[in-house]
Amino acid sequence: MKNIWSKSAPYLLIAPALLLMLLIIAYPIANSIRMSFLKYILFKPKDVEFIGFANYINALKDPVFRQALVNTVLWIAGGVFFQFFFGLILALLLNRRFKGRGFIRSIILIPWVTPGVLIGLMWKWMYDGNYGVINDILVRLHIIQNFIPWLAKSQTSLLAVIITIIWQGVPFFAIMLLAGLQAIPEELYEAGKVDGATGWQAFWHITLPMLKPTILVSTLLRIIWVANSVDVIYIMTGGGPGYSSLTLSVYTYMKAQKAMDFGYASTLAIYLTLMLSAIAFFYIRNLNLKEVR
Amino acid sequence: MKKSNIIHDLLLFYIPLTLLVAFAVFPYLWTFLTSIKPDTELYTSTVRYLPQHPTLKNYVDLFQKSNFVKNMMNSFFVASVTAVISLFVSVLAAYAFARFNFKGKIYFMVSFLLINMFPAVLLLIPLFVIMRKIGLLYTPYSLMVAYSTFTIPFSVWLLTGYIRELPVSLEEAAMVDGCSRIQAFFRITLPLTVPGIVATGIYIFITAWNEFVFALMFTNEASRTLPVALQTFIGQYDIQWGLLTAGGVITTIPVVILFMLVQKKLVEGLTAGAVKG
Repeated sequence: MKNIWSKSAPYLLIAPALLLMLLIIAYPIANSIRMSFLKYILFKPKDVEFIGFANYINALKDPVFRQALVNTVLWIAGGVFFQFFFGLILALLLNRRFKGRGFIRSIILIPWVTPGVLIGLMWKWMYDGNYGVINDILVRLHIIQNFIPWLAKSQTSLLAVIITIIWQGVPFFAIMLLAGLQAIPEELYEAGKVDGATGWQAFWHITLPMLKPTILVSTLLRIIWVANSVDVIYIMTGGGPGYSSLTLSVYTYMKAQKAMDFGYASTLAIYLTLMLSAIAFFYIRNLNLKEVR
Repeated sequence: MKKSNIIHDLLLFYIPLTLLVAFAVFPYLWTFLTSIKPDTELYTSTVRYLPQHPTLKNYVDLFQKSNFVKNMMNSFFVASVTAVISLFVSVLAAYAFARFNFKGKIYFMVSFLLINMFPAVLLLIPLFVIMRKIGLLYTPYSLMVAYSTFTIPFSVWLLTGYIRELPVSLEEAAMVDGCSRIQAFFRITLPLTVPGIVATGIYIFITAWNEFVFALMFTNEASRTLPVALQTFIGQYDIQWGLLTAGGVITTIPVVILFMLVQKKLVEGLTAGAVKG
């Protein structure tokens, strides 16, 4: 009796969570796959029909999809790289003991819990072409002569939204990397000092290799998170002007929310998921799991 | 020697730290300053930094002329119910993962981790269709379901970490003393996990409070939550920046306070997962 209980107990315990996940995730995703083979525009319920792979083929021919793909690569690469770069600098600075460290550490985390909508709005206001403070500062520093409508110009809109996403992601990276830094045993640095290593040598040969697992895990998490982010771009530019700042996830969202083209939007969402799975797969294969543990 | 140390510190520590902190904080400062400026000081030919006649007019307007209180109550309702439901099912699953060895455990755990990676836009469309079919669309319940898709897997992951940190020996001692496993769970494990549960709960609350992508499609005027309400201040031709920044400040303050309360515990849980893999 007792044996049966302890054998089935873990399954009973995970059952509620598991059933809920099947119901609200697995079943909807199956539906999503089914819809991707349909011509399905929400306000044309009579026109629903099975069209096989037509949505998938149309997407590959769709110039907007191609531009969104290029923008997504730039958005992920630029966004995550600089989040990491500034995050690492911030983590190294915060790894030192100084007065007020705890306070600064909690202050810089605020962007992490700020609604994406608000982040988009704050930056939209700062980038404003007539009254924006960023323009004012750049003019005062003589970096630009005249105010630039950053978000309304197709040459600068993608750059502008990437800077915003960098701002949003730096704190998260810094805190993850800081935890990684603090897990490095002090003895390693002492041994390095005995062997005559300079600060830079210690950084390259001790800090970075020891930090590698944390770096890999946190960049993977960030890549997925940045790729899936919709709200900041949606609020700031709506993907425009034209399609200059449109990423794949924003394109998918616009197709669903504005055009109500659920068949095509499902196809785009599946392409995005496949792309992210490929990245995750590549990462996990190259990430020696034993090394991480 | 001493002098060069100071310069070294200044160049490699204080200046970069100040710049990074200023970069992080400035947008908030600017938002707050905007919210207490009268319109005449917002739209000027040269940008004015400090308000000459600070005013709370934007805040008063926000509560009098918009549905902000109603939106806030909607957000609060959705976020707290989502937190309670997610916590309930997640604590049970996390306990199983942290304390039992069972067949298929690793697969279940990995699947909870992988679910976190699905794009919101993948679930958005089918959930919209399903909610419409069962008549839950435009009600707060549709958002609770949508948010559970990412809050539950995340909480399971976080809570498993917290429970694993607790020494098993306490429970074992209680069981030797004649407690059943269930009693040991309620008397020993659960009380000790409370800080972790509170931190996770607040994190769920914040995530639900801030969410926009589902909320925009799943709510109407009656069930609208705060982030969607903020977005509606963007008009067709002009944006009411004073009202908007005031709304932003009001929306963010509660979550920042909540976050500060559990910040340490939350970061501990999150980074433990990443550092250990």
